[in-house]
Amino acid sequence: MTRILSWAALILGLLYFFLPLAGMVEFSMKMRRGVYSFDAYATVLGDQQFQETFGYSTMMALATIVFGVLLVVPTAYLVRLKLPQARPYIEFVTLLPLVIPAIVIVFGYIRLYNTSSWLPLTGTPMGTNLLLMMGYSALALPYMYRAVDTGLRTIDVGTLTEAAQSLGAGWVTILARVILPNVLVAVLSGAFLTFAIVIGEFTMAALLNRPAFGPYMQVLGANRAYEPPALAAIAFVITWACMGLIQLVTRFTKYTRAQN
Amino acid sequence: MSYLEIRQLEKSFGANRVVKDFSLQIEKGEFISLLGPSGCGKTTVLRMVAGFETPSAGAIVIDGQDVTDLRPNQRNIGMVFQSYALFPNLTVAQNVGFGLKVAGKPRAEIEQSVQEMLDLIGLSAFGGRFPFQLSGGQQQRVALARALAVRPRVLLLDEPLSALDAKIRVSLRAEIREIQKRMGITTLFVTHDQEEALSMSDRVVVMNGGIAEQVGEPFQIYNRPATKFVADFVGTLNTFEAVVQAPETGQVTLGDTRFALAQPVTAARGQTIALALRPEAVHLTAHPSRDVTLAATITEVAFMGSVIRIKADAGGRTVSLDMFNHPHSPPPPVAAKVTLNIASGDFIQLN
Repeated sequence: MTRILSWAALILGLLYFFLPLAGMVEFSMKMRRGVYSFDAYATVLGDQQFQETFGYSTMMALATIVFGVLLVVPTAYLVRLKLPQARPYIEFVTLLPLVIPAIVIVFGYIRLYNTSSWLPLTGTPMGTNLLLMMGYSALALPYMYRAVDTGLRTIDVGTLTEAAQSLGAGWVTILARVILPNVLVAVLSGAFLTFAIVIGEFTMAALLNRPAFGPYMQVLGANRAYEPPALAAIAFVITWACMGLIQLVTRFTKYTRAQN
Repeated sequence: MSYLEIRQLEKSFGANRVVKDFSLQIEKGEFISLLGPSGCGKTTVLRMVAGFETPSAGAIVIDGQDVTDLRPNQRNIGMVFQSYALFPNLTVAQNVGFGLKVAGKPRAEIEQSVQEMLDLIGLSAFGGRFPFQLSGGQQQRVALARALAVRPRVLLLDEPLSALDAKIRVSLRAEIREIQKRMGITTLFVTHDQEEALSMSDRVVVMNGGIAEQVGEPFQIYNRPATKFVADFVGTLNTFEAVVQAPETGQVTLGDTRFALAQPVTAARGQTIALALRPEAVHLTAHPSRDVTLAATITEVAFMGSVIRIKADAGGRTVSLDMFNHPHSPPPPVAAKVTLNIASGDFIQLN
């Protein structure tokens, strides 16, 4: 009896989730009258602006991931090793981006770094890109920090550090050869989440006036009929591909296989 | 001039003095054990030699070089941890070669050293495996090879056998000692297991409350403990209170028996002194050399195989005694009336 109930609950949940998606996909394939076609997808993928904005957002995502890893891994490691009593405070700080709206951050940036300030980052495209990357990093911080911190929990950070030190390793070697490889799966899952956040982000990119994917989706959605659902379907596929990659990486990391 | 010298080492955590005025001189190639209960400061001493803790006072000198202010990665010291601490992302060969790679040695040299080390620990075929694919004993051997691969000046072992099961522990004990002798490496070994300390070491340092109670060869530590703590901690001990009769000749009385101790007594006539006796010095059979006799009743008999551990009540005092198993004479039954025979020279005076 409970078995039937749980199956029913599962099927209901799946329907709730998949029906709107199915409707959206079905609609996106109706661009040609009377028959199903992938015309809308062809239009979207063939659109030069799609390629440009998606390329730009991908680059920004990669830069954000690199910056995030360089910022978060040493921080989380040193906090665990030297300042374990500061962990709750650091965790609180990393959670702030969930509470503070992106629009507040970006207005703060514009006020602080405008062309008449002491550090006129918004004056050049490169400076603005840098600012945008910092903003993205802040948005991704809660996910990145949590992922890495959880990863660090699975290894004996203190003893491994001491073992490496006794073998002559300095801090950079320890981080690069011992700590990072052992939390790589965690870092990657943080990285994929960062990627997903950056690809879909609208507020910061729009207000800093950068040609990112988020604002492009908004413009398209406001002006076209069949293309936006096609674009949404593509976005879903990208997200799922990211999640699939996390699974794949976890499975193919040889030395973690026995632990899972 | 000794190879590793620890001079008046002090360590306090806040108001808590963990190591107090600890000095030790170790010759090159010597195997020294730091033995003591948990919290006695033995691990802290080891960690100060490794450089993971900074001494509050004192100095550590290795081969004439003062290393007190050097960072751990500048000391060229090999360390083996209780929890193995192998790098989980590296293979056995990469683990062993880690120190050499960090030192920037050419690849051919690293490969050769790694192979030598794996041969030494008998795991030549395991170079390509990951640590999680090995048993605990194998992992600890890899950890030993990793520590030795960089040819350290001093090898530090922090309770390396405590996480292993009994059988592996005994075999690895012998293996570590043999490798240590073959490489002639100066070794400092921390343990709370007296059997390990006594069986492996050239000298044993018995520590209690942050100070070295006694430093000496295992035979000396066991048979001539300097303090009550050492006598109690190392091995089992029967304690007696005897009344001094003639201090200069060591004459005392224990119950109704009067006998002479091996050494003169410092206490005055009429005073009570503490005497100790190892269980194997108490016998059930008479012998001309066993001049002290006590009437007793057997209260407990534990047959352990080669050794029979017996507890007897001698005038209200429990005495433990060990005897060897003899196939033709079964141990006495509980409640049997026996006579305990002791050679007066076997009594140890406790200060």
